[in-house]
Amino acid sequence: MLRLNLFLLAVLTMCALALVTSQHEARRTLAELEREQARAHQIEVEWGQLQLEQSTWAMHTRIEKLAREKIRMQQPEQNRVEVLQGGGGA
Amino acid sequence: MKFTENPLLELRLPVWRARFLLFLLCAAFVGLMGRAVYLQGLQDEFLQAKGEARYARAYPVKGTRGRILDRNGSVLAVSTPVKSISAVPKAVEIDSRHLQSLAQLLNVSREELRKKLGDESRNFVYLKRQVSPELAAQVEALDIPGIYQRPESRRYYPGGEVMAHVLGFTNTDDMGQEGIELAFEEELSGRPGSRRIIQDRRGRIVEDVESIHATNGADLTLALDARLQSLAFSQLKSAIDRHRAKGGAIVVLDAKSGEVLALANLPTFNPNNRSRLSGAQLRNRAVTDMFEPGSTLKPVTIALALEQGKVKPSTLIHTAPGSLTIGPATIRDAHPEGTLTVEQVIQRSSNVGSAKIALSLPAMQMWEMFEDVGFGHVPNLGFPGEVAGKVRPYKTWKPIEQATMSYGHGITVSLIQLARAYTVFANDGELVPLSLSKLDDKPEGERVLSKTTAQSVRSMLEMAVRPGGTAPRAQIMGYRVAGKTGTAHKLVNGSYAPDKYVSSFVGFAPASDPRLIIAVMLDEPSDGQYYGGQVAAPVFAQVMSGSLRMLDVPFDAPLKPIELPPPSAEIQESI
Repeated sequence: MLRLNLFLLAVLTMCALALVTSQHEARRTLAELEREQARAHQIEVEWGQLQLEQSTWAMHTRIEKLAREKIRMQQPEQNRVEVLQGGGGA
Repeated sequence: MKFTENPLLELRLPVWRARFLLFLLCAAFVGLMGRAVYLQGLQDEFLQAKGEARYARAYPVKGTRGRILDRNGSVLAVSTPVKSISAVPKAVEIDSRHLQSLAQLLNVSREELRKKLGDESRNFVYLKRQVSPELAAQVEALDIPGIYQRPESRRYYPGGEVMAHVLGFTNTDDMGQEGIELAFEEELSGRPGSRRIIQDRRGRIVEDVESIHATNGADLTLALDARLQSLAFSQLKSAIDRHRAKGGAIVVLDAKSGEVLALANLPTFNPNNRSRLSGAQLRNRAVTDMFEPGSTLKPVTIALALEQGKVKPSTLIHTAPGSLTIGPATIRDAHPEGTLTVEQVIQRSSNVGSAKIALSLPAMQMWEMFEDVGFGHVPNLGFPGEVAGKVRPYKTWKPIEQATMSYGHGITVSLIQLARAYTVFANDGELVPLSLSKLDDKPEGERVLSKTTAQSVRSMLEMAVRPGGTAPRAQIMGYRVAGKTGTAHKLVNGSYAPDKYVSSFVGFAPASDPRLIIAVMLDEPSDGQYYGGQVAAPVFAQVMSGSLRMLDVPFDAPLKPIELPPPSAEIQESI
């Protein structure tokens, strides 16, 4: 009887310790998840800002202005345009 | 001496002392019991709540507003997180050094800041909203008690003034106020959620009790093409500058699907900085302004006459001597002609010709035709302030009014209605519904005219653009173009202003299989030129040729440079 009780006591102690460990593990992983989610959000925000930046730099009006002013491009006059028809006449 | 012999043991204490002690012990015990019952029974809920408040937190989670994309996926509007800086005046402790640096960071005067912080009657004041995360971090670093920050979001429009009217804008609470932001508010706005968590002493999240996920707003893909939009905007802008016009609008439609590919208005505003805005800047003219379209309406009348079999394209109409008197009023042509065919009435834009044709039609049929092509009805795009235009009931029409309506006077429409009406000619007789969002399938059109009628009107509109017509400047190299000019005196306080005009042009290309419809309108061009063919048609040509090139539309005409007739031979339309 005493041996059985001692055995059960040992089992109980192990279970208790296991519970504590898994609880701790759960909290740790939750914290990690939380951090990763925050990071995901942060990255998403950054993506939005980068898209915004890209759109701003790539604005057609801006490119046209730069092309005209910086590298002095211009639309060719009509009589200086030669159009080549593609192979299949397309 | 033995312990047992100690005389003290013989002493008998008075009984009451023991009893008194027992009573004290019992009383203390009862006191404790009472306290326990009070705390655990009566005060239970309050204490539980207080306890939970130490470790549990509930906070709302905001869904972010959806982005707006153009048809090719480039971003037109996006929300990014910013901070708002607020204060609880009672809790604020600030010294003058900190006050100075806070005022500097927030870009307000010290006095103003002091006044805001000193107002102890209020529990909460915003010091500044929508500040950038970098600035917010600097404010945080000052570490002033009583100053708080909250996350907010702010919407940015990379397109700026080019797209301002189509997109509209949101207010500081991220709700749509104008344009597409308002029209598609439901789709774009996210639904807020909430989250309850358990925190440990250091504020780390230990357990998720319950969470209702916030839903982010959906991304919206518009029919708009950013390339076409900026082309249309810049061409309209340069035409307005050149002709010193008060304003203007341009609409580019996909002729087959009715999608709005570009829509620009001037004057405009910068949606990213709306500190000083006037009503004129905010007005989405293409949708909210009614104007008398003038001759751009003639094809509608002629189409009806053709459809009813009253005339054929080759029927001769006597327009000599260039004027027609109906009752007390006289209709005039700018350039008296003799006998014109119906085709030539459109080509040369003869008022007398179209009035004569209109008078051969019953008023009811004409009214029905106007209704059929969408005049007098709100186009239902969802824009705020869309107008229906004004088509008076036919029973009140006098003959002179019926005659003038045939060339677009005494009837008002918006530019977008006018552009839509031309889908009938471009689409073999079917009127197509308009759409702001990108469509996957071509929508069901509504048949208004027979195919043959639509095609013969189309060829008349092509004649109007060739030399000998009113709009040779609308021609573009490599494509057949069809279109009609319009010039009308502006209505000011109910009567026509003799020196104020609205010049317009509506057309489509390639005429063999129309892909795009473009309508241009300029308000009060004041450099001496005001005919639609001189003012609006070149804008059309520029935008059309650029757009067709960008969309890779195959040529349908020989590639030779366009010949313009000498200025003296240009035909001016009648007003």
